[in-house]
Amino acid sequence: MPLIHRKKPTEKPSSPPSEEVVVPDEDSQKKPHESSKSHHKKSNGGGKWSCIDSCCWFIGCVCVTWWFLLFLYNAMPASFPQYVTERITGPLPDPPGVKLKKEGLKAKHPVVFIPGIVTGGLELWEGKQCADGLFRKRLWGGTFGEVYKRPLCWVEHMSLDNVTGLDPAGIRVRAVSGLVAADYFAPGYFVWAVLIANLAHIGYEEKNMYMAAYDWRLSFQNTEVRDQTLSRMKSNIELMVSTNGGKKAVIVPHSMGVLYFLHFMKWVEAPAPMGGGGGPDWCAKYIKAVMNIGGPFLGVPKAVAGLFSAEAKDVAVARAIAPGFLDTDIFRLQTLQHVMRMTRTWDSTMSMLPKGGDTIWGGLDWSPEKGHTCCGKKQKSNETCGEVGENGVSKTKPVNYGRIISFGKEVAEAAPSEINNIDFRGAVKGQSIPNHTCRDVWTEYHDMGIAGIKAIAEYKVYTADEAIDLLHYVAPKMMARGSAHFSYGIADDLDDPKYQQPKYWSNPLETKLPNAPEMEIYSLYGVGIPTERAYVYKLNQSPDSCIPFQIFTSAQEEDEDSCLKAGVYNVDGDETVPVLSAGFMCAKAWRGKTRFNPSGIKTYIREYNHSPPANLLEGRGTQSGAHVDIMGNFALIEDIMRVAAGGNGSDIGHDQVHSGIFEWSERIDLKL
Amino acid sequence: MPPLLRFRKLSSFSEETISPKAKQSATVEKPKRRRSGRCSCVDSCCWLIGYLCTAWWLLLFLYHSVPVPAMLQAPESPGTRLSRDGVKALHPVILVPGIVTGGLELWEGRPCAEGLFRKRLWGASFTEILRRPLCWLEHLSLDSETGLDPPGIRVRAVPGLVAADHFAPCYFAWAVLIENLAKIGYEGKNLHMASYDWRLSFHNTEVRDQSLSRLKSKIELMYATNGYKKVVVVPHSMGAIYFLHFLKWVETPLHDGGGGGGPGWCAKHIKAVVNIGPAFLGVPKAVSNLLSAEGKDIAYARSLAPGLLDSELLKLQTLEHLMRMSHSWDSIVSLLPKGGEAIWGDLDSHAEEGHNCIYSKRKSSQLLLSNLHRQNYSVKPESWVKEPAKYGRIIAFGKRASELPSSQLSTLNIKELSRVDCTSNDSTSCGEFWSEYNEMSRESIVKVAENTAYTATTVLDLLRFIAPKMMRRAEAHFSHGIADDLDDPKYGHYKYWSNPLETKLPYAPEMEMYCLYGVGIPTERSYIYKLATSSNKCKSSIPFTIDGSVNGDDVCLKGGTRFADGDESVPVISAGYMCAKGWRGKTRFNPSGMETFVREYKHKPPGSLLESRGTESGAHVDIMGNVGLIDDVLRIAAGASGQEIGGDRIYSDVMRMSERISIKL
Repeated sequence: MPLIHRKKPTEKPSSPPSEEVVVPDEDSQKKPHESSKSHHKKSNGGGKWSCIDSCCWFIGCVCVTWWFLLFLYNAMPASFPQYVTERITGPLPDPPGVKLKKEGLKAKHPVVFIPGIVTGGLELWEGKQCADGLFRKRLWGGTFGEVYKRPLCWVEHMSLDNVTGLDPAGIRVRAVSGLVAADYFAPGYFVWAVLIANLAHIGYEEKNMYMAAYDWRLSFQNTEVRDQTLSRMKSNIELMVSTNGGKKAVIVPHSMGVLYFLHFMKWVEAPAPMGGGGGPDWCAKYIKAVMNIGGPFLGVPKAVAGLFSAEAKDVAVARAIAPGFLDTDIFRLQTLQHVMRMTRTWDSTMSMLPKGGDTIWGGLDWSPEKGHTCCGKKQKSNETCGEVGENGVSKTKPVNYGRIISFGKEVAEAAPSEINNIDFRGAVKGQSIPNHTCRDVWTEYHDMGIAGIKAIAEYKVYTADEAIDLLHYVAPKMMARGSAHFSYGIADDLDDPKYQQPKYWSNPLETKLPNAPEMEIYSLYGVGIPTERAYVYKLNQSPDSCIPFQIFTSAQEEDEDSCLKAGVYNVDGDETVPVLSAGFMCAKAWRGKTRFNPSGIKTYIREYNHSPPANLLEGRGTQSGAHVDIMGNFALIEDIMRVAAGGNGSDIGHDQVHSGIFEWSERIDLKL
Repeated sequence: MPPLLRFRKLSSFSEETISPKAKQSATVEKPKRRRSGRCSCVDSCCWLIGYLCTAWWLLLFLYHSVPVPAMLQAPESPGTRLSRDGVKALHPVILVPGIVTGGLELWEGRPCAEGLFRKRLWGASFTEILRRPLCWLEHLSLDSETGLDPPGIRVRAVPGLVAADHFAPCYFAWAVLIENLAKIGYEGKNLHMASYDWRLSFHNTEVRDQSLSRLKSKIELMYATNGYKKVVVVPHSMGAIYFLHFLKWVETPLHDGGGGGGPGWCAKHIKAVVNIGPAFLGVPKAVSNLLSAEGKDIAYARSLAPGLLDSELLKLQTLEHLMRMSHSWDSIVSLLPKGGEAIWGDLDSHAEEGHNCIYSKRKSSQLLLSNLHRQNYSVKPESWVKEPAKYGRIIAFGKRASELPSSQLSTLNIKELSRVDCTSNDSTSCGEFWSEYNEMSRESIVKVAENTAYTATTVLDLLRFIAPKMMRRAEAHFSHGIADDLDDPKYGHYKYWSNPLETKLPYAPEMEMYCLYGVGIPTERSYIYKLATSSNKCKSSIPFTIDGSVNGDDVCLKGGTRFADGDESVPVISAGYMCAKGWRGKTRFNPSGMETFVREYKHKPPGSLLESRGTESGAHVDIMGNVGLIDDVLRIAAGASGQEIGGDRIYSDVMRMSERISIKL
């Protein structure tokens, strides 16, 4: 019926031409109606179409083409894209799920996923007036439509209280629960979806897969205080183990989820008021293996830059989502400051600060990765690259990775003796406020005077330990809040009763692994991508910026192979987590019976060399090693599935190492 | 929006097909004007489309940017009001959805369902019915032998609140209640949706998915993490009997197939069970659904796409396909009327005696109706004293059979009737189609239908006669009788757990049972059937159909269906009897004497279209948006007892009806 109605108007325009045929001496306009427009056209000097008409015509054309293409797309058989891909790249390998099903693998152990930072969805349960109609809609994850529609409202709701680190009054934003929480981060951008689909092939379903979603903005202990997330996780694991015939669970944490689960293992065995009261053998009873994907066990240098100047890439992912948008001045001129204010209320970003200080990350003149050569760009000419590393020492200057922040390129390269440090720690912050317009944006920089900023810049070089002190200096309130929940040191004596406190539980260097000799710990991560490791900073001279420091992006080497790119020293890793952080614990600190691993839990390292997708059709690739894309890496999925189906470390081939992790670990001098 | 686009697209295509003709005519008639002539048509079309699009976008933009006028704003919701009055979240709340409202998603399927992994097959937009109807039916059906998954297909319940907040876009089920609960402080940690695969028998949800174990663990967890506050359970429709099953299951020891919670589990963990529109004693609708796939709500898919399903698109046998699908679902059998003639009436008498049908002019007679309800039938006008409708005859073949005194009915005893199966399967054209009708000979069909009427007891025999396999499978899981002696050890079997007349409530004197349901809507109570004129070449078509031509002089008999008071799906007697009488005080069904409350909500249709489904509706699903009901649920969740929210609230005849039902208590 509606079709007929629709047709009528379309016939109208086709009638004018015939009229014109009857009266040919009229001017050549064919406007169907609107006399008002016709005399406007005359003034245009005989042009057939006015501007508006041309616009309409153009839109019409575009729409018609669009609909036509849409129609073709919908009419296209579902297997068509795959067919095209296969024609171009040759037959695709079977997804691991299909392959392993043919081998006869069956679902055996229940699987628990623990998402990392930023990948989990958050939804609104109670909001201010401006968030009307968003009840139980996603604020984080999904389409991020609200960022564009009401940016300030969005920032307000995503922020936490900057004193307590919990909900601000009148706002409740909660983690989405279930597998949907983190299967896709945004439409078409998978996180866990590929792994879930493959596991489903061998018989997994909702009853033996569980996504332990938590509010990743909170500190780990606060997720229990506010949402009882740890208790739910405990109860769910117990339930899954008992309903699956007593088969122990395989835990698959990703990124920050790794630290979260470390915290959980400690929490669950701790006695009741502060812990879960599961008793000393809870982990031994319920956990078969922990398969950490891209785990930042020892933190990431990126977190320092993120907190220092909101410039790290992943932590402030909001920036990456809409770079153009956020870098412009739509947020009343201070986009970056708003983002910074928001991320600084999130305690969880502080869980990712580098741990272990100079012992792990290197001092002024040494670092474990010494001698690493950056030839990430030229993967194919790998051999020549290696030669340069051996012979051409003069060509590639050794990089001082230990200097996580240095002011100026010269300082970053200078010999330690040449650097004059003026201690900033006691420096007066000064009263003269450099910028008055920043008042309404809450970052602690506006409490700091010019003297303070100067003191920081003059200290020149910061190692991992000093970087923490630096953050304490520039953001004392935030760090005071954060250090109640996290600790970044190395324990001298793990039996010291102070290590019973929750703040130490997520630091692998300050806790012991549970007593569970049959458990296995895997570290699975990508290598072969340049990963941020150290930064060159400069003072920000721009008058209308509220953040006084900035990455010195013009610090470059002419040399293609240099590790220094746009003010950032890169090292091997998965684009976010350096190899050292992801691998050290499993490669050395936990290997065999050590003081961190008293029961001698077996550890395995599985590295996946990054190979970028060959063409656009492959999407994000099936052999990627990047921090999030690795979740679609077929080799990694296969390893996880084999373990979930009952395999152990030796079944999947023990260690698989491409980087220099063992060599680097040797250089770290840590009492074990 | 999308359909509109599609129409535009079509129209644009038709334009393009028209345009060459116009082009031709222009070139033939006036060659010199060819250029402009050709230009004109295509261009004009484009121009017009562009014009329409721009106008549409402009309107859309205006619509989004203009603030909602104050007059259109909804009145204050109960959640906001109560939150202002200081009502705060206290007890954790568990929602138990009913049949059909829960979403189902695909985990493993046949090749025809490629690309639907973890997409909803049931719930949400139902687009797959339209795209690949046969594939959809295949995946939603269960195995007709086991009542579990067919090989190679795994369809599972969607977990979490999303499972049943909206049944279809803009058609809320639990969403309004959830939103109001959130206003007084509920969130994921103290609000849980116990979704389960509603196609399975209750016992099988535990066997296949461990749904009951999960529910138990969830309740224990929420009890512990919310400061040892007992939970409030809110089941809806079939969820009420599912939860009844759970109550019994959880206290049964592990080695008897229970949850091993031990006696006292319910007393320890549950504060109240707030049943919304509970189908405790079943619904007559389930009978018609099983007999001829003609019930309205249960075969919901029909009403969703009536045109499509009633037409003969699915290879000519839509109804038969649907019937095959629903016959494979054990859960529908759980909704068959329970308690037999004692509850639902025998051939001559029934509990609703004296029920008056005055629904037709609903608005004008609102007053009258409530008056009548209050004063019962002492004021019944003379004109209504005539041969009362015989509701007890749930299925009657022909109007005569539904009205005749019982002595004149055929005395066919269906149990003695030997079923003559025709072995010669000549219906090759419909051989793939599974329903047990095509194994039945015409003679037995006629015999079954000859001048007979069936009561709630004999209708089960009828079903056993015409669909023996299905009933055998399902009756291993459900029972529909009344227990003589509840202490008989046979009642330890799980098939009795969901029948309130064959189980005792747990020993939990402080627990409260609520029955909240709507009244004032005509609800299917009994049917008049006829033999289908089988003009189809295919013999396997359904031989019975509701005789839609039978109409009474009042609204109680319309389209072959007799109506009684209820909420459109569940008659008052099924929803209210247990709370009004069966469990009231210390009875043998309620040994600990837990308190029961009946709260009825009188249906009031929405005043205008703007109100959409209304805030005072009493209809089976729409009642979940009823402000009175939400108010009650919120108060109970915040700690109020039944007395504090006002005890019983009754508009219908449920008390008097219950009096008339004589079963040993």
